[in-house]
Amino acid sequence: MTPEPRSTSATTVPPWRDVRVLRIAAQVVVIVVFGVLVVFIARNFLGAMEERGLGFGFSFLGRSAGFDISESPIPYTPADTYSTAFIVGLLNTLFVSLVGIILATILGVIVGVARLSPNWLVRRIASGYVELIRNTPLLVQLFIIYFAVFLQLPSVAQTLTFPGSIFVNQRGLFLPGPQLNASFPIWLGLVAVGIGVLVAARIYARRREDAGRPQPGLRSIAWIVLAGIVVIGWVITAPVVFDLPVRQQFNFAGGLALSPEFSALLAGLVLYTAAFIGEVVRGGIQAVRRGQLEAARALGLSEGDTLRLVVFPQALRIIVPPLTSQYLNLAKNSSLAIAIGYPDLFKVGQTMANQTGQPVPVIMMVMATYLAISLFTSALMNLYNRRVQVLER
Amino acid sequence: MTAATLPPPRDAIGPIAWLRENLFSGWVNSLVTVLIAAALAWLAIGIGGWALTEARWSVVTNNLRLFLIGQYPGDQAWRLWVLLAVISVLSGISAGSLGRTTRVLAITLSACQLLIAALILASPLGLLPAGAFVLNAGLVWVAFFVGVRGLVPRRAMLVAWLLSLPASFLLLSGIGDSALPSVSTNLWGGLLLTILLATVGILLSFPLGVILALGRRSELPVVRILSTGYIELIRGVPLVTILFMADIILPLFLPGEWRLDRVARAMGGITLFSAAYVAENVRGGLQAIPTGQIEAAHALGLNGVQTNLYIVLPQALRAVIPANVGLFISLLKDTTLVTIIGLLELLGISRAVLAQSESFGAQMEVYVFIAVVFFILCYAMSQASYRLERQLGVGTR
Repeated sequence: MTPEPRSTSATTVPPWRDVRVLRIAAQVVVIVVFGVLVVFIARNFLGAMEERGLGFGFSFLGRSAGFDISESPIPYTPADTYSTAFIVGLLNTLFVSLVGIILATILGVIVGVARLSPNWLVRRIASGYVELIRNTPLLVQLFIIYFAVFLQLPSVAQTLTFPGSIFVNQRGLFLPGPQLNASFPIWLGLVAVGIGVLVAARIYARRREDAGRPQPGLRSIAWIVLAGIVVIGWVITAPVVFDLPVRQQFNFAGGLALSPEFSALLAGLVLYTAAFIGEVVRGGIQAVRRGQLEAARALGLSEGDTLRLVVFPQALRIIVPPLTSQYLNLAKNSSLAIAIGYPDLFKVGQTMANQTGQPVPVIMMVMATYLAISLFTSALMNLYNRRVQVLER
Repeated sequence: MTAATLPPPRDAIGPIAWLRENLFSGWVNSLVTVLIAAALAWLAIGIGGWALTEARWSVVTNNLRLFLIGQYPGDQAWRLWVLLAVISVLSGISAGSLGRTTRVLAITLSACQLLIAALILASPLGLLPAGAFVLNAGLVWVAFFVGVRGLVPRRAMLVAWLLSLPASFLLLSGIGDSALPSVSTNLWGGLLLTILLATVGILLSFPLGVILALGRRSELPVVRILSTGYIELIRGVPLVTILFMADIILPLFLPGEWRLDRVARAMGGITLFSAAYVAENVRGGLQAIPTGQIEAAHALGLNGVQTNLYIVLPQALRAVIPANVGLFISLLKDTTLVTIIGLLELLGISRAVLAQSESFGAQMEVYVFIAVVFFILCYAMSQASYRLERQLGVGTR
């Protein structure tokens, strides 16, 4: 066998071995398979809807919803349209997610720092909490909080009373509700003046330091002035009054009333997510290299300054991306509200789907909304992440 | 005299020094310790008092059968025993021949069976099932020593494991004749259904996730866009919406005569959901492979499929196994969500239990029991993953 002279021209490669041809062919095949699948689904779906005498469309959104929603941040009656009902569900989801994210972050940072505490007992409790929460399903936790705690609370007649006008009974949680007074803008103005003084003092102190004549204590004095303005201004102008819940014959009126469903969902989401955030925070702090700490001590920074100026800025860079996914998880987990009857986006959506017999457009709207919330949150956190990362040299 | 020969100072070692360093290292710390110890004691007395005197655990033991297997017909229960025995033998042999990580699972399996046996003794189910569980737990260890001797080749084990899933499905649902009458999946429930959902979800979502991850890194734009779109769509929505799709909308998308079983639809939903998360994990592993590896494979004349199969995937998957175990723990926890679409897995069956008049007001007992069951399962898995991480040397290579 004599070897054939090798051709250098690409045209002699047969098309079934030409990579360029194969690539295009493969993509065409994928598109065709995908298209066939879409057509198959669409035909079945339209056929099924026709059988039920229904079409496919969003026209039901303008019709009157006809079902009540137990709690709503905006005025809502069953006579309102389906689109209003949908917005009520969305606002409820956003509300519980936002409050949940704030509280879970606070509790999570506490748990994360506690896991690194020099005190053995604090460390063990924090890790016990994390293990317990992370190894049991959120839904079971929600069931425990709602069915086994909130619904077993005493009736209105035997309300539990806590100091500070906090009342707890079967109907929910009653707290003093903050309400803005007419004097609120005056107080806000005073605070602005105080912050102005603080900024001016810091700039002045920086100048003196640059000039080699530092004035220690100037910053502290400015802080004290600010605190004084805020506190004394608060006492004099009374910008916020607390509307206390008042016991009436069958229930409480006034104040801030939280339903058992909302309270249970919020408590469940916060306790669950805080365990995960705690691990994220711990990991971030531990990832700061020891040398950084030692260098900060060698420079004579105090314990607080070491944490504030050296450890946290570096830990934050590691913490922010996983923290984002925890926030997203919390927002998505709020859909478990359906199991305990809080009227969130998914619960309202399911009611709409049942009533209209149009599950497909409704679930499309619900999924698109969750997707939008997710994308918006991660975009926001990415923005913040970039700001934090800029600190890197 | 050199410093090395001096004994350590008295107050630097021993329990007193440990206490001083870890609990009473300053007045703030001492105060914190005392306060927390008091709060803990108060909590322990409260919870312990409730659990030992007030709680009606009989609600759990009286309904143990429901919690374990749901409403699976009693005269067909022998199939479950066969299944359990096969699983026990398989995991025993695997633990013997593979070592550390699987050993944790085998220990957990036998310990759980002994635990169930103990619970059965307290229930009206009688001695027979308890004895059978103890026997099964023993079977794990008999098989373990067979495995240690290396009597069964690894390849045979792999085949047996792969075959066990479809075989157990066939066994549980039956083929419809007199020897093996079919059992509707509506009757499957309790822990049995929880574990089935989780196992099927884990086994099916893994290959699907790997395919999606490869698709997302593909050079073909169509494949890349479709995979990325799928992954991001699924990761952006909650699992309940996917389960709702699978339960209500999937039947509308299929021809009317295709009657997909409810349990199968839930399994499909969980698998499709989980695959997107697996894909992102695997993608992390794929990105960690140096390009030089792929170039070397091409230089050796391997084609694209061979490069992925023999060079890229073995390295990438090894790196992402611990992360995937974490995912599978959350998948196991997420199976509770099928309660929302009305399946009677461990959490769903609790509603049936609590609806009985004699269980009125026993919510805490029932849900705490379920939480404990999940805790044992998840904790065992996380310990196994921890060992696996060290065994594979992830991060130290």
